[in-house]
Amino acid sequence: MYSPTVLDHFKNPRNVGEISEADGVGEVGNPVCGDMINVYLKVNNDVIEDIKFKTFGCGAAIAVSSMLTELAKGKTLDEAMKITNNDVAQALEGLPKNKLHCSNLGADALHAAIKNYRDRQANKAVSGEGEKVPHAPEKIDACYCPYCDMENKGEAPFCKSCGADLPHEH
Amino acid sequence: MSVVYLDNYAATPLHPKVKEGMHQIVDNVFGNPSSDHRFGQAAAEALDQARQQTAALLNAEPQDIVFTSGGTESVNHAIKGVAFSQREKGRHIITTNIEHKSVLNTLRTLRLVDYKITSLDVDSHGLVDPAAVAQAITAETILITIQMANNEIGTVQPIAEIGRIAKERKVVFHTDAVAAAGIIPINVKELPVDLLSLAANQFNGPSGVGALYVRRGTPIWPLIEGGVQENRKRAGTENLVGIVGLGLAAEMARLEMPDRLPRFQALRQKLIQGLQERIPHLVFNGHPTQVLPHLVSVSVEFIEGEGLMLLLDEEGICVATRSACASGSLRASHVLIGTGMDFALAQGTLLITFGRDTTAADIDRLLEVMPGVVQTLRDMSPIYQKSAAN
Repeated sequence: MYSPTVLDHFKNPRNVGEISEADGVGEVGNPVCGDMINVYLKVNNDVIEDIKFKTFGCGAAIAVSSMLTELAKGKTLDEAMKITNNDVAQALEGLPKNKLHCSNLGADALHAAIKNYRDRQANKAVSGEGEKVPHAPEKIDACYCPYCDMENKGEAPFCKSCGADLPHEH
Repeated sequence: MSVVYLDNYAATPLHPKVKEGMHQIVDNVFGNPSSDHRFGQAAAEALDQARQQTAALLNAEPQDIVFTSGGTESVNHAIKGVAFSQREKGRHIITTNIEHKSVLNTLRTLRLVDYKITSLDVDSHGLVDPAAVAQAITAETILITIQMANNEIGTVQPIAEIGRIAKERKVVFHTDAVAAAGIIPINVKELPVDLLSLAANQFNGPSGVGALYVRRGTPIWPLIEGGVQENRKRAGTENLVGIVGLGLAAEMARLEMPDRLPRFQALRQKLIQGLQERIPHLVFNGHPTQVLPHLVSVSVEFIEGEGLMLLLDEEGICVATRSACASGSLRASHVLIGTGMDFALAQGTLLITFGRDTTAADIDRLLEVMPGVVQTLRDMSPIYQKSAAN
């Protein structure tokens, strides 16, 4: 089901943990909707000197978090902002189609942490508090079935073409 | 590394006697049971014997057994077959919120063609209230379909009581007994059910074969149509090798059940107690006493079940996060949500099911490995930290 790279990063996750006195914290998702990723940054001269994560989620979510920290470490903030969900999924040699949403969460958490750092620099954020990005359901009029790619309307509970459950939690 | 297999709800290894019997058919019998010559008759005899063996597991009449391609087909046949047969009487069907997907998705299709479905709530143990079933029946009700035992939490429903209500109100009653048949005793001479679904792979028979018990006189339209096989209820040349496997598995399950039941109960007790002693913040699901003896559903707080399952697999212990048929789904189990559990906790659920080969040593191994694996994942979890701080 998972690629060897995904399994490696899941079983031996890199950069697990928290950074005390982190310069930026991003927190996305919540355990109710399935996954939650927290990313902690130590920034020096606009470069991500250290990065750690804590994740509640499936094997894919943990592997995504681990790979994400590997990709981001040592990058400038501008470079790190350009890391996309797709980059993470590709570095993991692909994710099962129904787990792609986990990679979205990963990049979101990184970007939220960077934004949090920049806000703190601009004195916008309350010190010590990470920025919380509520992972609200995407606002879309149409959504595409993750199994057969058929377009379905609004909040349809299942795909009208193949009958698969449509995950609206994410 | 010896491997511990504790996912017997997903699949059970073939009983040696089943394997032997299936080999026998593969080697010696290829005829079509519908042919009147000697090759056909050899096949017909094997089919008859399997029908008797399967009927004996339920204390049913052999002619009331219809062989199918498995539990899912049996359930589809029972529901769609009654819906189609009774379409002029009414279009209302009663079920519960925690049925197997084969029931829920079949009913979903019937909704598309204007059948009305009442789906009853269950309590926190997963039990449905027979009084609620009685209350839901209307003049339009043609079918009640309620599982005998739940496949994710093991709760055994008050089927006898519900059956009496259905009989009194003259509504056809189907019970999906896939999780229960071959595990706990079932006697259709005493149990007022009209239709009952079972699958061989739940009790050391092959996958891809099952049966639908149809009490004589039950109005049911065929699901698979064609020739006159299976008393005109299920067309298509019989899967003789599989059916012989089902028959033998049913016989062995019936013969071994008296010894196996207390053994399962002791293993279950040992596992639950052992986990409670070793790991804090666990929730055990299902009814405390009205429950399948070979199944333990446990929710581990602060972590997600899939990671737990994968790390246990790494240690040579195979368990499930939920029923294999639903594991592709990203949603928290509808069964656990149906019992009122919150989504986060439901995500951390492990399903452990014993089989005839499960030993106390297997349980010891799980008890030895699981605390460390849980701690590894909890240390990685942002909500564990928060809860510890609270």
